[in-house]
Amino acid sequence: MNQKHQEDLAHIRSMMERSSRFISLSGLSGVFAGLSALIGGIYVYQLFKASGMDYLNDEHRLYSANLVSELFWIGITILVFAFAFGIFFTIRKSRKYNLPIWTSATKKMLFNLGVPLLAGGVFSLAMMYHGYFGLVAPSTLIFYGLAVINAEKYTFSDIKYLGFSELILGCIALFNIGYGLIFWIIGFGILHIVYGLVMFKKYK
Amino acid sequence: MGIIDKLNKDFESRVRLGIMSVLMVNDWVDFTEMKALLNITDGNLASHSSALEKAAYIEVKKEFVGKKPKTSYQVTDLGRAAFKEHLSYLEKLMKS
Repeated sequence: MNQKHQEDLAHIRSMMERSSRFISLSGLSGVFAGLSALIGGIYVYQLFKASGMDYLNDEHRLYSANLVSELFWIGITILVFAFAFGIFFTIRKSRKYNLPIWTSATKKMLFNLGVPLLAGGVFSLAMMYHGYFGLVAPSTLIFYGLAVINAEKYTFSDIKYLGFSELILGCIALFNIGYGLIFWIIGFGILHIVYGLVMFKKYK
Repeated sequence: MGIIDKLNKDFESRVRLGIMSVLMVNDWVDFTEMKALLNITDGNLASHSSALEKAAYIEVKKEFVGKKPKTSYQVTDLGRAAFKEHLSYLEKLMKS
């Protein structure tokens, strides 16, 4: 009898959890998103080198229009890859655990993540448009951090630690203009990989 | 009367427990989503939800979206109170 009640309670807890939170998010999504950013970042570093700039030592960098548009498209490519990996591993995990994907919790999570992210995207584009290239990396980190913290209610709540880390990193980057690429690689590359590995181990 | 007798008979089935749990933490939930969350068949969900409706624990809304009928569920105040009571009995039983 006791056994049944214990199972009832566990069942109640699990149904509340899986109906109110998007728990199909796989740690591997984070790892692969991080790897995409890491590879993209290293490629950009090489690109700077090829155009005659030593990223770490040159105080004054000149961005040609060509380079800017190339950087922009690299950024978009990384985003597409990271997103594709995210979707792939989410579908894989939800199939494995027989979880529905397109639930109201998923929609709420995406909405809460998407609004700050979209505003951040527009903000960054505006800064590029006005020529404030040095502020682009810090503000993408800050808006991404805010977006993740905002989405925390509708997915694994551990994700807020990732959000706060990105936010803090972005704030530090604001005062270290010129090292944006380094902060960007740490934030979007390394933090994602670390977070992904931790989550993958924890919720396996 | 022992504490076991106080457990609500309406919540004896796992499916009903599941329906109530989902509705405790969500607003309106429609038939398709409920079915997927609980991993049960149409008939199973229909019979258990109508039992809960009869007990006035949940409210059932039927509407048309385009030409398709759509059924959604929401917990009533009575249902919320009854489920909370049931939960606290279960927890007490676990402790004793």
